[in-house]
Amino acid sequence: MFGRSKKISEGLTRTRQSFFGRISGLFGAREINEELWEELEELLILADVGITPTVEIVERLRERVRRERVRDAQTVREMLKEELRAILLSPRQSAADGQLLTVILVVGANGSGKTTSIAKLARFYQQQGKRVILGAADTFRAAAIDQLKIWGQRVGCDVISHQPGADPGAVVYDAIQAARARQADVLIVDTAGRLHTKYNLMQELKKVRGVAAKNVHLAPHETLLVLDATTGQNALSQARHFKDSVEVTGIILAKLDGTAKGGVVFAIARELGLPIRYVGTGEGLDDWAEFDADVFVNSLFD
Amino acid sequence: MFESLTEKLQGIFDKLARRGKLTEEDVDAGLREVRLALLEADVSYKVVKDFIARVKERAVGAEVMRSLTPAQQVIKIVHEELIATLGEPSKVDLSGTPPHVIMLVGLQGSGKTTTAAKLALRLRKAGQRPLLVAADTYRPAAVTQLEILGRQLDIPVHSEGVEVPPPTICVNALKRAEAAAYNVVIMDTAGRLHIDDEMMSELEHIKRLTRPREVLLVADAMTGQDAVRVASDFHQRVGLTGLILTKVDGDARGGAAISIRAVTGVPIKFLGVGEKTDALEPFHPDRLASRILGMGDVLSLIEKAQAEMDETQAMAMGQKLLQGEFNLEDFLAQLHQVKKLGPLSQLLEMIPGYSNISKEISPELTDKQMKRVEAIISSMTREERLNPLIINASRKRRIARGSGTTVQDVNMLLSQFRQMQRMVKRLGQGRGRRGLMSLFR
Repeated sequence: MFGRSKKISEGLTRTRQSFFGRISGLFGAREINEELWEELEELLILADVGITPTVEIVERLRERVRRERVRDAQTVREMLKEELRAILLSPRQSAADGQLLTVILVVGANGSGKTTSIAKLARFYQQQGKRVILGAADTFRAAAIDQLKIWGQRVGCDVISHQPGADPGAVVYDAIQAARARQADVLIVDTAGRLHTKYNLMQELKKVRGVAAKNVHLAPHETLLVLDATTGQNALSQARHFKDSVEVTGIILAKLDGTAKGGVVFAIARELGLPIRYVGTGEGLDDWAEFDADVFVNSLFD
Repeated sequence: MFESLTEKLQGIFDKLARRGKLTEEDVDAGLREVRLALLEADVSYKVVKDFIARVKERAVGAEVMRSLTPAQQVIKIVHEELIATLGEPSKVDLSGTPPHVIMLVGLQGSGKTTTAAKLALRLRKAGQRPLLVAADTYRPAAVTQLEILGRQLDIPVHSEGVEVPPPTICVNALKRAEAAAYNVVIMDTAGRLHIDDEMMSELEHIKRLTRPREVLLVADAMTGQDAVRVASDFHQRVGLTGLILTKVDGDARGGAAISIRAVTGVPIKFLGVGEKTDALEPFHPDRLASRILGMGDVLSLIEKAQAEMDETQAMAMGQKLLQGEFNLEDFLAQLHQVKKLGPLSQLLEMIPGYSNISKEISPELTDKQMKRVEAIISSMTREERLNPLIINASRKRRIARGSGTTVQDVNMLLSQFRQMQRMVKRLGQGRGRRGLMSLFR
């Protein structure tokens, strides 16, 4: 647990320095006044937390400060931590337990980072001694299959694929058969990037999910939505649509190594009850960590 | 989902008395909502602040035009300011001696490779001879991706695998273009973080060696507050000349466009509006402004309809409607036309105020119903479609079986059709054209 916490800490260093570092700075030895609240609001908005959640968080904090007669900014800082932590749900146990074959469906918008995240997730399970197989169900985008195959080679796991343009459902079916034949523990399915507003593409995704559900008991055991940390408020709409269509169970927050803060996950957790399961922090295979709400919020304030 | 800004403002101004001039109080009340709308649309916090200050200055004391309500007046000013901020549309600069070099830069996953192919196709259609350059040697299979796209479009791609450094590839591509008389060279560079010093240096290096006419930032329309920082860092390092906003076909409001414009001042060149290689559109400031404000995008909807609808067919249909000769055959034809526009769920989202009706109409359900109607009509004989009166109980049973529906479904469709026929007839005879037009208002 400690090792993992440390990794998240490292991954978030930049985030912390740029954003929450400033929030921390706000709460030095200073009094609580209007200026403080305004700065706080600004910082939350700049972190993509979104205007509505920001106003609510700040209001709740103000109310508490008034009620509990808080006088110093340091205590306000602790309270903000609590508020933010309370919004993020603790993730569920890893899904790869208790069944013969765990099927994980990875979905998301174009360019959010699905393929890279899948490679890292495969590595993550391999390190736990699991045998992993990848299913290349993005048969649409040019060279998507090649991209996954290259990652498969790097990670050292088999990739089940068809020709470009093939039916993604058929790929999933074959991948399940192959996973069983090769006695794999985990099958991770890469799907084509799609905008959540494309009705037909979302229907197709439902079908892909249906193939997994029909052929493996209780599958997919996890359906992970990959979100680009750079994405603003539209991430909420994305998460809502994907959840409605394919029952997303958790979020992978990718590209957290830039200067973007990914604050929209607060709104996603609050409104949709979706936990953040993993964070991607770079292009390397090990730039990856399990998400932990406590560690996350604490790291932000260190 | 957000209500449309116009409605929100209307609500606020309904409470205020109607006066001839906008008071500071009016404007403040209205601008609070505008600020929210802009922040929801991901416009940068600081950019919003400046923008609101500018609008306020213009709006306080402004005459409310006779034809407008105060709410509309504020919206009008906001809209105009937004359009001014978004700037004029701008073409790709192909002046000077060829080959003209266009360099695409941006974060990972913003859509550079797809955009490179779209841009090449567009330029070829305009009579240019483009050469694509696969200069992303980092992302697995990025080179292959561009090669495949090039093959699909029959546009040559210069690639040297993944071992050669990108600057060398770009220089070689330029030589090849000169030798083979390609007049436009489009370089697809690797996605990179604006804070990755080494990778940004590589871009500077490529720029020095190839002297591009255009350095275009490819940015995702969904980008949040970070857009400002990303754009200004790229601008500082490689001197941007324009912006291409991608994934505009989603429901992101695209506030990042305003932020990027505000910090770099470079013009917006194109919008990426789909996964197909021809889905690259010129930018219209007025439409993007409406979208950012959450006012829907009626113009794009109309354009889409015009592009898909066959005009002569539409005219013929109009004639039939007016003469009351509308039959089920025509109805089916019309259904097919509407379907060409794409799923209803997608069309509805372009309509302002849709968020309100969406509670009552489920687009998915409507799509399903349309499919059912189509199945029923398709299961009829031509004779039945031309003259629905002959459809008796036994025919209904056959139609229901054929379309996988029930006799009730068939009955419902027939009665709806009769109602529609009656209504259309009345319009055609009674008030003529004007009456019919009122339907569309």
